[in-house]
Amino acid sequence: MLSAILGGALIGLSASLYWSLDGRIAGISSILSGALFNHGRERWAKLLFLLGLLAAGVGFARFTNRVPAPALALLPLVFSGLLVGFGTRLGGGCTSGHGVCGLSRLSVRSLLAVLTFMVTAGITVFVVRHVLKLWVPS
Amino acid sequence: MKALITALGCGLLFGTGLCVSGMTDPANIIAFLDVGGKWSPNLAGVMLGAIAVHATWLAWTAQRRAARANRSLPASGKRVDGALLGGSALFGIGWGVSGYCPGPAIVALGSGALGALLFVTAMAAGMVLYEGTEWTIRRSGKSSAIPH
Repeated sequence: MLSAILGGALIGLSASLYWSLDGRIAGISSILSGALFNHGRERWAKLLFLLGLLAAGVGFARFTNRVPAPALALLPLVFSGLLVGFGTRLGGGCTSGHGVCGLSRLSVRSLLAVLTFMVTAGITVFVVRHVLKLWVPS
Repeated sequence: MKALITALGCGLLFGTGLCVSGMTDPANIIAFLDVGGKWSPNLAGVMLGAIAVHATWLAWTAQRRAARANRSLPASGKRVDGALLGGSALFGIGWGVSGYCPGPAIVALGSGALGALLFVTAMAAGMVLYEGTEWTIRRSGKSSAIPH
């Protein structure tokens, strides 16, 4: 639990610096979308943010010698990605944009978004794990 | 140049936070979302740590900024509508299936998880699909050719 809170604090610090130094919201779905659809310098800034995320992943794998992966077949994984991509754009944010940044700003929209995706995710996990049994615990 | 370095540094810090917190492992996300299984509160701890730091930072800088009376926090402006709730509901379903949301999936891709590569590709495709749909709707709205 301590590492969870500490990791969270680092995420909060990153969101704070990104906001104060650059005036931007550290919402990862928006950053990915910007890397795909923005142009010029805006796009480069977003690509570099993504590069930072990837680099952290590379470092983590080197450091811990562990590559965590979902125990899931190809089709559900692709289905999941499509829904996350489409849904976060339609809803205007994900766990970082609505969750971390929006809730920190006391945004009512973000609070409603977070409650909505937490509830549908909880129901989905129940169905996938206990009804369909797609998730094989490794 | 400063904006580019800031983006790289913040991405690195954000990703490190996700790694330290264990959120790049989808099993940890599922453990939080699965109230019917062996429940783990870790995701709540991550959110709590992140929001505590960020909200404090925002309150502190807003005070200083208010004194200079220029930039305020961006108003979320838009209304609460079907897009916000419907989109979030779809996102939640996708999140629940794999245990991946955008940030952790991209970091896991950096770690070399093959599943994350598939997920991130599909996620990008989902975003392209959204842009395409939105463009089509906007375009048909302009020409006022709303299908009956």
